[in-house]
Amino acid sequence: MDDLERAILDYVRREYLEEDDDRQVGLETPLITGGIVDSFSMVSLKRFLERKNDIEIPDAEATPAAFDSVRSIAALVRRVAARRVPV
Amino acid sequence: MSRPASEAGQRSQATGWATAARELGLASGAPVNLGWHLADRICAAGRGGHPALLWEGHAGETRRYDFDDLRRRSNAIASFLAGLGVGPGDRVCLFLDRVPELYFAFVGILKLGAIVQPLFSAFGDESLQTRLEDAGTLALLTQRRHLGKVRRARERLPALRHVVVVDVGAGALQPGEVALDLERGPLPEAFEPHRAGPETPSILHYTSGTTGKPKGAQHVHGSLPAQYWTAKVALDLRPDDVYWCNADPGWVTGTSYGIIGPWSNGVTQVVLDAGFNAERWYETLEKQRVTVWYSAPTAIRLLMREGTELAYRHDLRALRHLASVGEPLNPEAVHWSRATFGRPFHDTYWQTETGCIVIANLPGARIKAGSMGRPFPGIDAAVLDPERFEPLPAGRVGQLGLRPGWPSMLRGYWGNRSAFDAKFRKGWYLTGDRASVDADGDFWFVGRDDDVINTGGHLVGPFEVESALLEHPAVAESAAVGKPDPVNMEVVKAFVVLKPGFEPSTDLELEVMNALRRRLSPLAMPQEVEFVPSLPKTRSGKIVRRVLRAREWGEPPGDLSSLMED
Repeated sequence: MDDLERAILDYVRREYLEEDDDRQVGLETPLITGGIVDSFSMVSLKRFLERKNDIEIPDAEATPAAFDSVRSIAALVRRVAARRVPV
Repeated sequence: MSRPASEAGQRSQATGWATAARELGLASGAPVNLGWHLADRICAAGRGGHPALLWEGHAGETRRYDFDDLRRRSNAIASFLAGLGVGPGDRVCLFLDRVPELYFAFVGILKLGAIVQPLFSAFGDESLQTRLEDAGTLALLTQRRHLGKVRRARERLPALRHVVVVDVGAGALQPGEVALDLERGPLPEAFEPHRAGPETPSILHYTSGTTGKPKGAQHVHGSLPAQYWTAKVALDLRPDDVYWCNADPGWVTGTSYGIIGPWSNGVTQVVLDAGFNAERWYETLEKQRVTVWYSAPTAIRLLMREGTELAYRHDLRALRHLASVGEPLNPEAVHWSRATFGRPFHDTYWQTETGCIVIANLPGARIKAGSMGRPFPGIDAAVLDPERFEPLPAGRVGQLGLRPGWPSMLRGYWGNRSAFDAKFRKGWYLTGDRASVDADGDFWFVGRDDDVINTGGHLVGPFEVESALLEHPAVAESAAVGKPDPVNMEVVKAFVVLKPGFEPSTDLELEVMNALRRRLSPLAMPQEVEFVPSLPKTRSGKIVRRVLRAREWGEPPGDLSSLMED
């Protein structure tokens, strides 16, 4: 697990799991289909990723499928960051 | 002209509902226990072995229950609750994901004569507590993962005496909490259903308005002919159909057409307890051979985003009828559906308060893409002048009104008579929606008549959002409005004036968003927070949301003469 994946995983656990929620969340755990993050809450997760990584994720790429696991989210962030034009 | 009350309308009303009552075996004034009708009547008709529920969890686990399973499991829940001292008229909340126990409990609570109060399990602390407090809820069924929220709410709810946990496993329970394991417990062969009359309260669905707290729309057991008949006619349900309604029973579509409609018709229904995923949805449609699918524009637009190719990879030939509800169905979605599934989605219109479909594109009728369709036979609808409450000529926009009298109309708002009375003018029930009707009699949705935000088919009250925003230490003033959204029609946007000492930042925006999500729900979480130096107000200091809303929608703000100048 790299730093990006760890940061996303920590955020998901902190923000989207209740104290008594004993579900284990790992890199491949389905977040959207698993009912941990819903499509509305995706917006705050997207905002977190954008702020943390200084990127802007196009809405067309912020799909439920792309946000369905920590690993796929990290891949999306890397793709978007790689396109960033240095200022 | 739009459609005034007419003799023909009254006749068809009498005929349609009377036919439904006859098919259900309901003699006038006879007991009509809704729970019994959804399970025991189907078994008594010899279809106890017919599948009632084809359930699939998010991890792919599946369960299949027939109508006899439904009958005995609902008996078990009714007996269990009776043993706790729950009885007719008591409010019992379902705070559950879409697990099988939710569906059995819904039926069991009705058999007992108690009132079902379904609440969306993603509700946050305040949304949950407000609704339980308003209803004076006595018992609540939940899962282990939601216990934290329930326990925090319970500290301030002395009336909530019983918390029933349906998946407790080895977890520790606190006083007042009790475990119920349907898979291991006894499944009673018989339970004497409460002798409910047509006016006996059945369900309490909470809905949001512009002002004040959410209101509990109270329905009755006598609603049954409306849901049975509209499911049969508008959704075209037939005995051997496999039906899938995407709605969560925390909302009225998930009970009227996610439980009552299909099961009163003895129809098999599919439940997928998983978040949205296009591939997974197509797999479900294919695997279960779904014939009738009742979905929502937001979901349809998400499927459209994924493209047609994905749908083409699945064998969806079993689909016979497609319908949609929750917000206006845009013409593109109708055309896409024709191209993708070979048949169009049929838009339907109704509300928490109406309890059943009241305007629809009926099966077989030609569809004007973008129109809600025509009044369901037996429903008298008109577009009303917003001042005089008289029907307007065709083409004019006004408030959509319905003549009261159909079986599933709400009978009141829980403990709030004045709010109920305010919904009626000159013999019309006022929907709060603006619409027009064309010369052919087809109705067209225009928007809300108030500040309520319709996001993804769910109503969010701006007052609730603003009140929760003010709880944040950085927020001095706030206003919540709907802003356009390509998928959800509109989403919540918050305008916030910060207290001295706080500076606008992305961090603060994120913090405010997450605070609202936890306190209210993901639906009510602003998708954008704009920090502003001041809010538009009247000279008496009232915040004018319409100016902010108009700006978001690119519309003229209307009369600004009464606004206070900065």
